[in-house]
Amino acid sequence: MSDKAKIELAVGTFVVIGLAALLMLALKVSNLSSFTGGNNYELNASFENIGGLKVRAPVMMAGVRIGEVKGIGLDMETFEAQVTLSISGKYASLPKDSSASIFTSGLLGEQYIAMDAGGEEAALKNGDDIVLSQSAMVLEQVLGQFLFSKAAGDE
Amino acid sequence: MQNKLASPIQSVGRKTINSIQRLGRGSLFLLNTVVAFPSLIKEFSLLLKQIYSVGVLSMQIIIVSGLTVGMVLGLQGYNTLVDFGAEESLGQMVALSLVREMGPVLTALLFAGRAGSALTAEIGLMKVTEQLPAMQMMAVDPYKKVIAPRFVAGLISMPLLAAMFSAIGIIGGYLVGVGLLGVDGGAFWSQMTSKVDLYDDILNGVIKSIVFGWVAVWIAVYEGYDAVPTTDGVSRATTRTVVNTAFAVLGLDFILTALMFGGV
Repeated sequence: MSDKAKIELAVGTFVVIGLAALLMLALKVSNLSSFTGGNNYELNASFENIGGLKVRAPVMMAGVRIGEVKGIGLDMETFEAQVTLSISGKYASLPKDSSASIFTSGLLGEQYIAMDAGGEEAALKNGDDIVLSQSAMVLEQVLGQFLFSKAAGDE
Repeated sequence: MQNKLASPIQSVGRKTINSIQRLGRGSLFLLNTVVAFPSLIKEFSLLLKQIYSVGVLSMQIIIVSGLTVGMVLGLQGYNTLVDFGAEESLGQMVALSLVREMGPVLTALLFAGRAGSALTAEIGLMKVTEQLPAMQMMAVDPYKKVIAPRFVAGLISMPLLAAMFSAIGIIGGYLVGVGLLGVDGGAFWSQMTSKVDLYDDILNGVIKSIVFGWVAVWIAVYEGYDAVPTTDGVSRATTRTVVNTAFAVLGLDFILTALMFGGV
């Protein structure tokens, strides 16, 4: 093999390995494969208090990840938190009266939205509101209530 | 003129003027190089040869360092995370630290040591042996024949090397975490894919490596071109390449990190 061909072969191998590494980062390491399909649809839910919920937190139904939190805002009329959920198009027929609650995975883990399926025939569509929602449990409030009831019980 | 009182102030002034002049010369140099880029389309073999010496020959150190860094991250991350019962997050920790920070930064530093210093020495010695002036005499533009191929080779190689570093590092973290320490393999990958974002993390990491590549190769080639044409001058230029690249990359990394990830 001539010198030139050797160099070409080596450079070719280098570029192919580099691109393969980039591809591995994009496909195996990042979330590209799970939730960037074009057929996601969005739902809105309002919560009294979202606790420590963050954008990109998972949305689960029966423990299965079906989507993620896309945006968090504050409704300036009701002063409730407005959460936009992006649900994978694979799960397109959620019942209309499904409910959303904010739970914590583990005692100190991150917060996620758990959805419970309702019983209605009609399905939620892109842009629909989830009517039933349950706020996050804020540890300080629970502790406060507990201490308050304890103090009231002692008297 | 050589007044005792004035001389310290004079030396401050001299240094300031010198560094501003160097910056100006460097910018002009960059401009001339960029203008010479299109000529590479016709002389593709020159570029190929430089990608070989800048990129292919750097692969060995990048892969070995990436693997080691990933393994150490896996080991140390496990020791910390296991105290909180969160060892499943090991994949996420290893992947984010590599893709966001260590991949681009360490690759740039290694690149400066492995390829940058060689570029500086090569071009500096061309100057010492008067090859560059000889080219100009023959109406051959050294920017087109010498500088631009090396510059573009660096620009192409750096992002690829950084991607290799991160990918092999994640595999190293996987080997130690899952193979040696017994973290669940499925949890390792699923935690990683759920927390690493294609645009926020991977793309920003690639942008970082492109910026660092640009800076590293600019410094390396310019220091060679601007070297004092003596043995001592070339030696000093080579040292300056490594030191200045390290400063520039680390400083830029802070700025880029603040811009990319600061608002989260």
